[in-house]
Amino acid sequence: MSDLVKVTIDGITVEVEPGTTILNAARQIGGEIVPPAMCYYSKLKGSGGKCRTCIVKVSKGSEKDPRPMPKLVASCRTTVMDGMEVLNITSPEVLEARAGVVEILLINHPLDCPVCDQAGECDLQNLGYEHGLQKTRYEFERRTFDRIDIGDKIQLHMNRCILCYRCVFTADQITDKRVHGILNRGDHSEISTYIQNAVDNDFSGNVIDVCPVGALTDKTFRFKNRVWFTKPVDAHRNCSHEKCNGKVTLWYKGDDVLRVTARKDQFGEVEEFICNECRFDKKKTSDWTLEHPTHIPDTSVIASNHYETFKPLPVIKENLALQEANKRELEKTTKI
Amino acid sequence: MGRKLLLEHINVPGINTLAVYREQGGYRAVEKALKTLTPDDVVEEVKKSGLRGRGGAGFPTGMKWSFLAKPEGVPRYLVCNGDESEPGTFKDRYLMTHIPHALIEGMIVSSYALGANTSYIYVRGEMMPQIRILERAIEEAKAAGWLGKNILGTGYDLELYVQPGGGAYICGEETALLESLEGKRGNPRIKPPFPAIAGLYGCPTVVNNVESIAAVVPIINDGGDEYAKIGIGRSTGTKLISASGNLVKPGVYEIELGVPVEEFIYSDEYCGGIANGKRLKATVAGGSSVPILPANLTLKYANGEPRLMSYESLSEGGFATGTMLGSGGFIAFDEDQCIVRNTWNFSRFYHHESCGQCSPCREGTGWMEKILHKLEHGHGTMEDIDLLWDVQRKIEGNTICPLGDAAAWPVASAIRHFRDEFEWHVKEPMKSQSTNYGLANYANPIEKKPEEVK
Repeated sequence: MSDLVKVTIDGITVEVEPGTTILNAARQIGGEIVPPAMCYYSKLKGSGGKCRTCIVKVSKGSEKDPRPMPKLVASCRTTVMDGMEVLNITSPEVLEARAGVVEILLINHPLDCPVCDQAGECDLQNLGYEHGLQKTRYEFERRTFDRIDIGDKIQLHMNRCILCYRCVFTADQITDKRVHGILNRGDHSEISTYIQNAVDNDFSGNVIDVCPVGALTDKTFRFKNRVWFTKPVDAHRNCSHEKCNGKVTLWYKGDDVLRVTARKDQFGEVEEFICNECRFDKKKTSDWTLEHPTHIPDTSVIASNHYETFKPLPVIKENLALQEANKRELEKTTKI
Repeated sequence: MGRKLLLEHINVPGINTLAVYREQGGYRAVEKALKTLTPDDVVEEVKKSGLRGRGGAGFPTGMKWSFLAKPEGVPRYLVCNGDESEPGTFKDRYLMTHIPHALIEGMIVSSYALGANTSYIYVRGEMMPQIRILERAIEEAKAAGWLGKNILGTGYDLELYVQPGGGAYICGEETALLESLEGKRGNPRIKPPFPAIAGLYGCPTVVNNVESIAAVVPIINDGGDEYAKIGIGRSTGTKLISASGNLVKPGVYEIELGVPVEEFIYSDEYCGGIANGKRLKATVAGGSSVPILPANLTLKYANGEPRLMSYESLSEGGFATGTMLGSGGFIAFDEDQCIVRNTWNFSRFYHHESCGQCSPCREGTGWMEKILHKLEHGHGTMEDIDLLWDVQRKIEGNTICPLGDAAAWPVASAIRHFRDEFEWHVKEPMKSQSTNYGLANYANPIEKKPEEVK
């Protein structure tokens, strides 16, 4: 195990394989020091480097060359060197620059979260909540596009797009043929299909899952419900598609399955891509074998309505051992 | 009279043809390099010459060449960057129009030095006449045996192609240029890997400016040491400066690096002073991307010593009181020019030319342009000036490629040096629409009379 390299992020040292990016090294540590990633997707080759929210400061390049890097670097595309020291949340410079990037990402965003299907599981919403300003300083008219339907199951709401290119990479790497891409240049760039072409492919629905914002939405779920009123349950079925293993999350409201998505890990990335048949056509409980409720992190708004708020008994407040045993629940009460 | 290396024979009639170019000593460098020197010798000569990249960044060319990876069995490429689109810079177009063979000769020698058997000249798509000139010149050279298989019987093969550009400023960024050359959308790549390791089609590639490649010819002819004697300090050799703006004689000038800025602007050999007897207000010394400087800081350092036309001297004082040589697009503004309007104009350009890949540049350039439009048209507030400063700071250094920096620097420097003019636009919105602010505190120190000193 001598070929592992040592990297220190915010004072926490971790040993990783050579060639690992700073972001993935931080994910191995986990917790608050993981930089947010809007465009990087570990399952898509070539993604990352575009949104600039994951920028970090490299205060020491490596053991051999201890000079700091002159600029802030995109942690998703910078590989670690032995002895590298990285500052993320401990550097005010990084936090300021990140706040700047978030502000800039939001200046042309419609901020229509109250009517957006993605609200509650939106990366940009979380990012804005953590790093954004209360009030925008942008006083000009926001950029707008028409909504278009790309295929009969997916709607593209370009106003909300942050041009992360994830859906383009997904279509390139997961589906056989990509028919959508980036048109135009600069701030009039838009994701679109050439001359209203329909995205029609067995795996096209995955662009909905990879979209970090509400730009690509599932038409079968549009305006059906808010995600925090639905209950996610992991389920599987024997999918006949050779590339799909049928492992999904079902989102229940009462007895109805409102939508089906791929299972997502703690960083919001899908574990395995699913086919369109599983996603759009199998919306009955009888189609699926249920496994267990999906684990939702306590910090997510989706978790908030599902469990009774923990009311500690008076005896717990007096007993240290009981406090220790109920630590997680107590933390949750203070957080919410 | 300064020494001319690139434009020595520019006035000879018919210099654009192979026959006349050859009569004036053309293609001597190819003969010398291919017959008497090894590729490593050529790289060594260029290193000795101290030639620095003429495209803007000023990175030593010889060093760049020596970084080129040389794995077995993988082709290497030389790409010439003729996508000259920087506002204020037009030297490469001039060179390609009038002496195309200088570029082709440089390409042969450079390709030989790098071991490239296929080389490309990527020319800006709008320069169709220049593309035709180059293609005709390549035909001539090929017919005469300077290109193709087994050049001069030395066994060295070289094919040279001209590629019309994709029509975007961003295609001048080296990795975006390579993407565009591969037939893709001209988006800059994320570095590393650098082109020297994985460039065109994933092979090791060197991208050089037109002028850098043409400058290899005199270096090989006279020797690197001889070339290094011209110029000053680490800024060796001659540089083409495209002078424009309110000058008596705008145009392309070849200067020995180290000419005082004052001499360059006012001497009859070069620009001949400010047109219509007006006074100099500000200059942009190296194309629109570099910081704008008021007249007093253009001509002299903050400590009063004269500023010279060289990489080091122009950047003396950092961004607080200095600028950059950049690509040599020298723009002079006289006392009647409005700095706010000019900054808005530059900003509009960068907004239009941002590729839209990374967010700070895509959204920030548009935001800056809108604020500047508001200020210029008399609707601005004092907070807008501070906001503008804040926005540019959030773009600079946080982008994939240098376009973000290039968009931020002119705005930053304009606010830094001309804040009073911005404030005047806010305080006197009506007046600012009909009159100019004038020289203010930035009067030309040479022509300033004692009674005008504030």
